[in-house]
Amino acid sequence: MSATDSTEPNRRDFLYVATGVAGAVGAAGVAWPFIDQMRPDASTRALASVQVDVSGVEPGMSLTVKWRGKPVFVRNRTEAEIEAARQTPLDDLKDPVARNANIAGDAPATDIARSAGEGRENWLIMVGVCTHLGCVPLGQAGDFGGWFCPCHGSHYDTAGRIRKGPAPENLPVPTLAFISDTMIEIG
Amino acid sequence: MSGGHSTYKPQSGLGRWVDARLPLPRLIYDSFVAYPVPRNLNYAYTFGGILTIMLVAQILTGVVLAMHYAANTEIAFLSVEKIMRDVNSGWLLRYLHANGASMFFVAVYIHIFRGLYYGSYKAPRELLWILGCIIYLLMMATAFMGYVLPWGQMSFWGATVITSFFTAIPLVGTWIQELLLGGFAVDNPTLNRFFSLHYLLPFMIAGVVVLHVWALHVTGQSNPTGIEVKSKTDTVRFTPYATVKDGFAMVLFLILFAYFVFYIPNFLGHADNYIEADPLKTPAHIVPEWYFLPFYAILRAITFNIGPIDSKLGGVLAMFGAIAVLFVVPWLDTSKVRSAVYRPWYKLFFWLFVVDSIFLGWLGSRPAEGVYVAMAQGATLYYFAFFVAIMPVLGLIETPRRLPNSITEAVLERNKGGAASTTQPAE
Repeated sequence: MSATDSTEPNRRDFLYVATGVAGAVGAAGVAWPFIDQMRPDASTRALASVQVDVSGVEPGMSLTVKWRGKPVFVRNRTEAEIEAARQTPLDDLKDPVARNANIAGDAPATDIARSAGEGRENWLIMVGVCTHLGCVPLGQAGDFGGWFCPCHGSHYDTAGRIRKGPAPENLPVPTLAFISDTMIEIG
Repeated sequence: MSGGHSTYKPQSGLGRWVDARLPLPRLIYDSFVAYPVPRNLNYAYTFGGILTIMLVAQILTGVVLAMHYAANTEIAFLSVEKIMRDVNSGWLLRYLHANGASMFFVAVYIHIFRGLYYGSYKAPRELLWILGCIIYLLMMATAFMGYVLPWGQMSFWGATVITSFFTAIPLVGTWIQELLLGGFAVDNPTLNRFFSLHYLLPFMIAGVVVLHVWALHVTGQSNPTGIEVKSKTDTVRFTPYATVKDGFAMVLFLILFAYFVFYIPNFLGHADNYIEADPLKTPAHIVPEWYFLPFYAILRAITFNIGPIDSKLGGVLAMFGAIAVLFVVPWLDTSKVRSAVYRPWYKLFFWLFVVDSIFLGWLGSRPAEGVYVAMAQGATLYYFAFFVAIMPVLGLIETPRRLPNSITEAVLERNKGGAASTTQPAE
């Protein structure tokens, strides 16, 4: 009867705590669908890949395709651009990581690691969304002849690597595969 | 103040019947008719009333605009053009709503600066001040989402930049951004949820306004002297004195509002927002609405890494910090004297702060390069120094001017040029 005098937790305390916990779990369970519905829905997630025909893209030309609502730059780089990117010492890079979804996550940002790979060094394919605050950089502009974001002044070089300005990372290379010599699948 | 007993006496039988059941007329009478206000309130104190009117105006115009607007990326831009061209009086309602938002911010900035000048946030009005800060935050969220709805280029890219702030958060940033957008980029799900929330938030603002006014009526209004009301001669009745003064100020303010609506309706907007949103093309200069420019300048001023915080996260933290610091102002100001009228040094630093804020706003509209970056960094430094250094230190070392003994004395002193002062100077 004098349960309240006891310093030991008793049955009543246990029931209070158990009820409270059950209520909290229940409330969280009800809250989740309200949060969950805000995440990208199935139709958005289904837009996983696009195929791009690059047969008409000569060296020095670029193509912009839309993938997951974002622009993807497909550039056939000139020899001079590739050479300029190769000559850049890795120590000069603000972000030394390749940011290439097709290779190891910690690979250094060498020119070959940024490009479509051995034998396809001329192809540079990357998401054209500035890693600062999401604007679309302008091509063949800026201090390094690569891309320049007009919003807050980020300069990328000819391998899409951040060199100057507020952006923290290199432009990301999406998952991609050459289905044939002239057809690329992105995503 | 409100602690006094109610003087409401219903005149009719019906009045007494209602009063015994739901004393709403009594609440209104006690709050807005017999309520005592300091007799020395100046026109800076009329902006609370003006803000109420603007909130009501925004809700009214917004509700009818929602009857014609379509929140779908395919037709949103066209539906706004339809409002402008086809809907009867649609052009007027839209210009009222768009310019009304700007006028709302004009009024709220004057209201906030008035609070900072007269020390309105000091004890016992801390909660009143914090509620005001919450209203300001809700206003910013509402205005931002409203600006996205016309689905112009600035709508789209403003939304892109602002939601990208969240990607600066380590680990969960991208997840949060996708949660806000409902996709990998700003798209139809984003527009839909922004419309839903843009409709909801003004009502939440109205709810917080009720709390704000409640807190105001518990502590009583502050006044230009910063001295608390001490006797009945310090106050006048809300009606007619404050009602008429507020009403007159509202008329002047609405004339200004009408001038914008009828003569320069697009002056405060950006021409690029009359170009439909294009996810593949960023405008040369993304500029937010004028009322966000000071914070935009602060965001862009952080171009350097601070220890482990990179420049991107640093910029976002500084920008949110510039708003967050307002919440703790009551505890940053250490001065025992409330009003800047009696604080010569604070008065100087306050006006410098006003100039600094306007300067930041101008910098926010400039491109983020060259000398503008350095100027923005200097102005950002002063912005924060005003709150975290000047406010706490100045309160301890400044010698304030002599305070009058009461509001009545201050008023009489001013009216008679100080010659008929009834008290000796304190020094």
